[in-house]
Amino acid sequence: MSAGAIIMMVIGLGTVWGGALITILIALATDKKNKLKHESSK
Amino acid sequence: MREVWQSRKGFIFAAAGAAIGLGNLWRFPFQAYKNGGGAFLLPYFVALITCAIPLMIMEYAYGRQIRGGAVKAFSNLKKKYEIFGWIQVMIPIVVMTYYSTIISVSVVFMVYSLGHAFGIINWLSDPGPIMGMVAGSAKNALDLGAGISIYILIAVVFVWIANWLIVKKGISGGIEKISNIFTPLLMVMIVVFMINAIRLNGSAIGLEALFKPDFSKILDPGIWVSAYAQVFFSTTLAVGVMIAYGSYLHEKADIVNSAFITVFLNSSFDLAAGVLVFSTLGYLVSTMGVEFTSFGTGAGVAFIAFPIAISTMTSNVVAQGLLGFVFFLCLFIAGLTSSISMLESFATAALDKFKISREKLVTIISLFGFAGSACFASYAGFNYILDIVDAYVGNIVIAGLGLIEVVLISYIYGTKELRQQANEFSDFKVGKWWDILLKYFTPLLLGAVVVTNIINLFTGLLSMDVIGVIAQIVFGWGIVLIMIGASIVFYKRKWTTSVNEK
Repeated sequence: MSAGAIIMMVIGLGTVWGGALITILIALATDKKNKLKHESSK
Repeated sequence: MREVWQSRKGFIFAAAGAAIGLGNLWRFPFQAYKNGGGAFLLPYFVALITCAIPLMIMEYAYGRQIRGGAVKAFSNLKKKYEIFGWIQVMIPIVVMTYYSTIISVSVVFMVYSLGHAFGIINWLSDPGPIMGMVAGSAKNALDLGAGISIYILIAVVFVWIANWLIVKKGISGGIEKISNIFTPLLMVMIVVFMINAIRLNGSAIGLEALFKPDFSKILDPGIWVSAYAQVFFSTTLAVGVMIAYGSYLHEKADIVNSAFITVFLNSSFDLAAGVLVFSTLGYLVSTMGVEFTSFGTGAGVAFIAFPIAISTMTSNVVAQGLLGFVFFLCLFIAGLTSSISMLESFATAALDKFKISREKLVTIISLFGFAGSACFASYAGFNYILDIVDAYVGNIVIAGLGLIEVVLISYIYGTKELRQQANEFSDFKVGKWWDILLKYFTPLLLGAVVVTNIINLFTGLLSMDVIGVIAQIVFGWGIVLIMIGASIVFYKRKWTTSVNEK
């Protein structure tokens, strides 16, 4: 494979998979924070 | 009391399952291949950020806010706009009628794969005769006497029963439960297939063809229109599905991040499918001397190229058959999670307006849908009419209604108010850039997609013979007129639910 194709493949997969991963981690972290807040207010 | 999603995970899996469909497997890879390879990724990413994500946030937020499907959504803006809502939810029903026949072929091939594994029939190395037997042949779209595929007809009964069983149980009891199992299973299976495909000899040739950038094409406006069309159609926007799913969200549910996750998961599947398809085609190019487009650029890739590739991956017949079974199961799941969302889009809209039990409504829609699918199970229907209807409904009506939807919601309901509502309980917030995109940028680009598709449709007519033109008018414009006619009938009927009277 040429360098150009490898770079584009890494950029392509990295952007969408990385985007999915980061947004899922944000959601998990927020849910955890909300749960802790909810428990401490009880 | 309106149902709500039991968990955020369930909602996201259902929405991602709706967006991820059979089209992801062949549409994105060949769009990229034809439009500059790796260079196509630039307009694709721009389209994700400026079209798919803003529209997804808008549909989730507006659906949750008005607590209703597309019909209530448009009616809420102005009574007379309700008609657009009805046309919008007619789309998934029409699409379902032919989409279910493609899912049916996966079901037939699952059965044949088991037959291969148990040594009853050896077909994976030469799937042409089986495909020919299943799909049959007709002279043209008007050759309605050519016959009907009994294989598709039987399998389509199974597909509609599966849809009926899931959707009649409602959001949390049916769609959420199934999506919680099927969507992650589908993702795992596609990643496993992708890794396996990369290991094949010649996969690098395929990946080179897919990702090698041709930046000279980047200034071609046609590529940008293709990227926007790809992103728009791939994410199941403007067909009432995401508005309906949003309407079942808890009032304090996150909107913005869920929209980002849905779009990124769908795109992840697009890219994974690209790697899977082109690695496999690269393998076939290097071992059989075929070309990348030898199996066509549509369903032929899944139903012809993949069985051949599977047959050469191992000499063990049992392993070949089981691998084939899992692959076609993967296609079946991708199709089913999308088709239940299509059925739900109409069901939500109708339940908002008419006092009728969900079970009775879903049964009626399923019976009508099955009757439509039976037409597409005919040889002329499956081989010709399906493509015509898809071109008119899929390319023009969806994009046209998407344009109407974004303009009406942005300018009548207002983006500022909707943004505040979307941001209120979200993990992170969108700024004013979202308003600007929805008000000016997205309508402009969607308008370009609509105009381009209409021009392509008319210029396509010029290269057709008389029978081709008649078929386009009868089945293309015919189905559009039927959809509008049926929408007017539903629009004229009185609201009988108490929710609206309030």
